[in-house]
Amino acid sequence: METTRKSIRKQSLEKLYNLLSASRKVYAPVIAPDKQVEYKYNPDFAEVTFEHIRSTLSVKNVVFPKVENLFFYSNAKTESTITDIDLNKIPEIVLWGTHPCDNAAFDILRSIFSWDINDEFFSKRFEKLVVIGLSCHLSDEYCFCTSVGLTPNSAKGSDILLSRLQNGDYQAEILTEKGNGIVTLSPELFEPISGEEVTVTEVKQKFNHEQVTVKLASAFENRFWIENSLRCIGCGACAYVCPTCACFDIQDETKGKNGKRYRSWDSCGFGLFTLHTSGHNPRQVQSQRWRQRIMHKFSYMPERNESLGCVGCGRCSSGCPVDMNIAEQLEALQNI
Amino acid sequence: MNSLITRAKELLENKSVQVVIGYEAGPTSVARPAFITDPAKAGTLIYDERCVQNLAVYLTKPEVKHLGKMAIVATLPVMRSIMMLISEQQIFADSIVVLGISADGSLLDIADVKVMQGYIEKSDLGNPEKYKELLAELNKLSPEERFAFWQKELSKCIKCYACRQACPMCYCTRCTVEVNQPQWIPVQSNTHGNMEWHILRAMHLAGRCISCGECGRACPVGIPCHLLTMHLVDQVHNYFNVYAGTSEKMSSVLSTFEPNDKESFII
Ligand code: SF4
Ligand code: SF4
Ligand code: SF4
Ligand code: SF4
Ligand code: SF4
Repeated sequence: METTRKSIRKQSLEKLYNLLSASRKVYAPVIAPDKQVEYKYNPDFAEVTFEHIRSTLSVKNVVFPKVENLFFYSNAKTESTITDIDLNKIPEIVLWGTHPCDNAAFDILRSIFSWDINDEFFSKRFEKLVVIGLSCHLSDEYCFCTSVGLTPNSAKGSDILLSRLQNGDYQAEILTEKGNGIVTLSPELFEPISGEEVTVTEVKQKFNHEQVTVKLASAFENRFWIENSLRCIGCGACAYVCPTCACFDIQDETKGKNGKRYRSWDSCGFGLFTLHTSGHNPRQVQSQRWRQRIMHKFSYMPERNESLGCVGCGRCSSGCPVDMNIAEQLEALQNI
Repeated sequence: MNSLITRAKELLENKSVQVVIGYEAGPTSVARPAFITDPAKAGTLIYDERCVQNLAVYLTKPEVKHLGKMAIVATLPVMRSIMMLISEQQIFADSIVVLGISADGSLLDIADVKVMQGYIEKSDLGNPEKYKELLAELNKLSPEERFAFWQKELSKCIKCYACRQACPMCYCTRCTVEVNQPQWIPVQSNTHGNMEWHILRAMHLAGRCISCGECGRACPVGIPCHLLTMHLVDQVHNYFNVYAGTSEKMSSVLSTFEPNDKESFII
C-alpha cells in the first residue's frame, strides 16, 4: 500500500482514541504513581501519555505474553485428553503511542517465531495486532536506535505513525491496510497535511552495527567477555524488559488429574538456561552468558534471521541493576 | 577519595591483593561496580552517593574469585554482608581485605575482622531511616489491607530474580525456585506464584537480611520487596534481640534452638 500523509488535531486524536477504546482493546502508555511508564488496557485518554521516552517493560507481551497457556489436559486411568486453546478467541489489540524502536521489534520477533516452524500462538496474536505508533520527540542517553538501522521516526512496524507537529497537532502516516481500516472508522478526523514541520528528537549514532557483526565473527574467545561482564549478576531483567528477546521455558502444572502446559519468559542470563540433565552446562559462567546475549543479537541473528536482534531501545541498560550498558559495549566491540 | 585510591594502588602494587572491588563512573550518570586489577587504573575508583550496589555479592561469584585475593570497598551494609558470609562459611575472614567506608564517606582502617566487628557493633543496626516511615505505614494497615497492598505490588513481578541476584545472602548455586523435581514454586509469573516466591525469599532471609535495600533497588519494575525482608529484620530483633551480620560466629536465628527462646508466635 502506498503511504498517505494526513494531519490530525490533538482533539481529533482524542475522538479517535475514544472511538477505538469503546469497541476494542487499546493498549496505551500511562505514567504510574511511582513514575514508571506502563501500558494499560483502555485507560482514559486524559491518562494516556505522549511524553514518555520508554516504558519500563516493552510491549512484546501483546504478541508474546509472559505466560501463554499451550493446552489443557486431564488424565484418566488409561488415557489423557488434551484440550487445545481456541486461537480464534484471541482479541484484536490496538497498540497506541508505541515508539518506532518497539514497533520495529515485532518484525524481529516474527523472524524468530517463524524461523523453522510457524508458531501459531505468536502468529495469531501478531495478525490481530494494529499498531498506532508515535515518533519520538524526546530521547535520552540510553537510546541508540540510529546505531541499529532505525530512526526516532522510522515507520517500520507501524500501521499508522503519528508524529508531533510544531503547532501541537500530529502528522499521521497511514502505512498499511490495517491502518487504513482505522482511518475509515472516522475519515473526517484525518485532514490534509498542513505543511507544518514534524518535531523529532535527535539520537546520536554510537556504533556501526555492520562492523560490530564483522568483529563478532572472530571474537568468541576474546578476553573482552570476562573483563566486561564481571559486574553482571545474572538476573533476567535485561531479557525480560527487552522487546526482541523471545526465549521461553515450557512447563506442566498439574492439580490432581487436570493440568496445563504453558510457556513463560526465560533468559540466557540465568544459570539454569542451558543446564543439561547430565549436569553439564555449556555456559557455565556469567561471561559466557553475557557473550551469548550480544552474540545472539548481533552475530547469530543477522546470519540466521537476516535481522539484528536489537532495536536500540536502551531498556536493558537503563533497567540493569549494575549498569551493564549494551551500547557502550557494542561501541567497544566495534574497535576490538 | 584520594585515600581510597592510594590504599587500593598500594595493595595492588605490593601484591597483597589481585583485585580491588569498588565503584567507578560509567558513561551515564549512575555509578557501577568496578574490578581493578592494574594498580595504574586505581585512579578510576570513586566513592559518592551514587555508589549504591552491595558489592559483597561479588565475593561469591566464581569469575571474581578466580582473579585471586580480593579487597573490597565496604560501607556498613557491605561489612555486615561480609560478616554474614563468614559466619555462613562462604568466605574466609583472612582471604579478604576490607576497605571500610564510614557513614560520612571517609576511608576507615579495618585491619581485621575484630576491628570490623567493633565498628559494626557501635553502628546503628536497625533499618535505615529512609525505609522506617514506609514500614511503619504498612504496619498500620489491617492484615487485609496489607495483603491487598502486596497482592497489587507482587502482581507486577516478572520473576526476573534481579532482587535475588543483587542480594549477597542469596548465594545458593541452585535456588529453591530452580529446583524442579519437585517444582516447589511455579515457574510462571502470576499473582499467586509471585506471592509464593516472595514469601519464600523473605523467609530464607529472615534473620540474615542486613537491610541494605539492594533487592528493592534492583527490581526493574519497582516492587519494594526490601520492605518484606526489612520487616522481618524488625521482627527478628523483637523476638531474639539480634541483628544479622554482627559477628563472625553468629548462628542463624531461624535454624537455631535456644531453651529460652520466646514462643509467643507459636500458635
Ligand atoms: S546485564 Fe544486567 S540485567 Fe542483564 S543479567 Fe546482567 S545484571 Fe542482569
Ligand atoms: S538488547 Fe537492549 S537495547 Fe536492544 S532491543 Fe533489547 S532491551 Fe532494547
Ligand atoms: S539474547 Fe538470550 S534471552 Fe534474548 S533471545 Fe537471545 S538467547 Fe534468548
Ligand atoms: S535488603 Fe534485600 S538485598 Fe539487602 S540483605 Fe536484605 S534481602 Fe538482601
Ligand atoms: S526483581 Fe522485581 S520483578 Fe524481578 S523477581 Fe524480584 S520482585 Fe520480581
